[in-house]
Amino acid sequence: MAAPLAVSAPRARTAAQTGDLVARLIAIIFATVVLLIVVLLVFELWIGSGASRHKLGWGFLVSSAWNPVTEQFGALPFIYGTVITSFVALLISIPLGVGAAIFLSELAPPGVSNALTFMVELLAAFPSVIYGLLAFLTLVPLMRSYVEPFLKSHLGFIPLFTGPAFGVGYLTASLVLAIMTFPFIISVSREALLAVPREQREAALALGATKWESTWDIVVPYAKLGIYGSIFLGLARAMGETMAVTMVIGNSPEIHASLLAPGYSIASVIANEFAEATTGVRSAALVELGLVLFGLTIIINGLARLLIIATTGKGSKRP
Amino acid sequence: MLLNWRKTVNYVMLSATGVCAFVAVSALFVILAFLLYNGGKSLDWNFFTQLPKATGEVGGGLANAIVGSLEIVGLASLVGIPIGFIAGIYLSEFDDKNFAPLIRYTADLLNGIPSIIVGILAWTLVVVSMKHFSAFAGSIALAVMLIPIVTRQTEQFLREVPMSLREGALALGASKWKTIATVVVPAGSKGVLTGMILGVARIAGESAPLLFTALNNQFWGGINEPTASLPVMIYYRAISPFDDWHRQAWAAGLVLIALVLIANVSARLVLSRGISMPRG
Repeated sequence: MAAPLAVSAPRARTAAQTGDLVARLIAIIFATVVLLIVVLLVFELWIGSGASRHKLGWGFLVSSAWNPVTEQFGALPFIYGTVITSFVALLISIPLGVGAAIFLSELAPPGVSNALTFMVELLAAFPSVIYGLLAFLTLVPLMRSYVEPFLKSHLGFIPLFTGPAFGVGYLTASLVLAIMTFPFIISVSREALLAVPREQREAALALGATKWESTWDIVVPYAKLGIYGSIFLGLARAMGETMAVTMVIGNSPEIHASLLAPGYSIASVIANEFAEATTGVRSAALVELGLVLFGLTIIINGLARLLIIATTGKGSKRP
Repeated sequence: MLLNWRKTVNYVMLSATGVCAFVAVSALFVILAFLLYNGGKSLDWNFFTQLPKATGEVGGGLANAIVGSLEIVGLASLVGIPIGFIAGIYLSEFDDKNFAPLIRYTADLLNGIPSIIVGILAWTLVVVSMKHFSAFAGSIALAVMLIPIVTRQTEQFLREVPMSLREGALALGASKWKTIATVVVPAGSKGVLTGMILGVARIAGESAPLLFTALNNQFWGGINEPTASLPVMIYYRAISPFDDWHRQAWAAGLVLIALVLIANVSARLVLSRGISMPRG
């Protein structure tokens, strides 16, 4: 009786080990697909932009010509549009987002805070074309007939608010981007604020600080890395945003100082011109714009992730 | 005097944060109200059953875009979910020292890439080599977006399965893959499925990667032809100069947002805890 058992036991183990080995191999192969996609993406962007990189060189990044007929292409108006709309959007969404995050973490009771945060996070789940639809059909007419004339008559002495009121333009795109970025800022900043240890608040209050002083001078500085992380996350999202911006930025490849003027962004010009660009320098120039955008968002996202990792996991969860 | 000043600052600033939160949350309701009002009065039976009419003509529906979206998203899910699921199992269960963090990092990286760039990838891979736009190309683009979402969601929910369950199965003599297949995955299935549904809901709303892969179509589109989808239709209908097309864009927007809301709210209810929103 003992002999067959002794023979079969190692065999059974070998079968199980082979099974595990196969399972591991399959899992590794599928996981490698993720890596392959990113490698392929970088490779295709680099190869696809070859014609443009060779013909236009570094001048591509600083030229503002965009003329498909004479094959002159410059990225500057698009980079400018992407940067200026993201910047103005953050000017609006940072105070709003951080303020709301402070309310949700410090003042609202946990139940209310969770429910409100869920509602805010729903905004981040909405497709961007929905924002575009709403912005194009309701916000643009509003901007054209009320907001922009008002800005011109009251702040027209600043170069930022001059020129005709089209409704579409940098300012409208920035407003839409502000609405699209604050859910990220609120959600991540709130978590960073909740991770601040309760003792920090208690110590400040015990020393006679008001609730606001304890929050602004103690809690917020403690969570600042996480808040910066949330801002970079919002920035990366704003820069890569395509549909909503395409619908309201005005699609004109020029650089204007006025926020009311129509402009263009990197993502929008790719969205608008890629399908009609037949192979050649024009499509290569668009792929190179994609490469620029890819590089920018990778850097900003990487920074955001580092900052967020640095703050999560320390401290108690609730004050 | 100084104390009063500090108290005033306290009340003013704390109220200001409340106003910020109110503005943020009310944005959700303003958006939903606009969609419900404009979409509700535009939505009719024809929207679901009729093909689009010729440019500028009144009437017709977006039946082809609804079917096209199902086609593109369905195929993308068939490709993306298994890959993401098994990659997620790898990250949670096999978790090699150097390779797993690399995969995790690339998945996050891919998650943060603007969707329009994924469109460029699908364009160079599929459209250029097949020499025409197709629903298939659109599916590939969406699958590329879906894979990292499903990977990270699967990993996250499998990690929540208690270690003692795995140890119990292993102690009873089950092999590792048997433990994963019969204990770990069933135990984490609720969360994993929810993560998949959220991922599919997210790609169903994407239009940028479809603009130059699936393109658009006024008629029914096969898997190998340019195909209409709801998000791309919303875009073209919204920027058109025709009131009736705006009406259809609102109706399509309402349908799309209803899908997103159903997926997210049911995910919230199923998990009865905070959902992790796709970041980046």
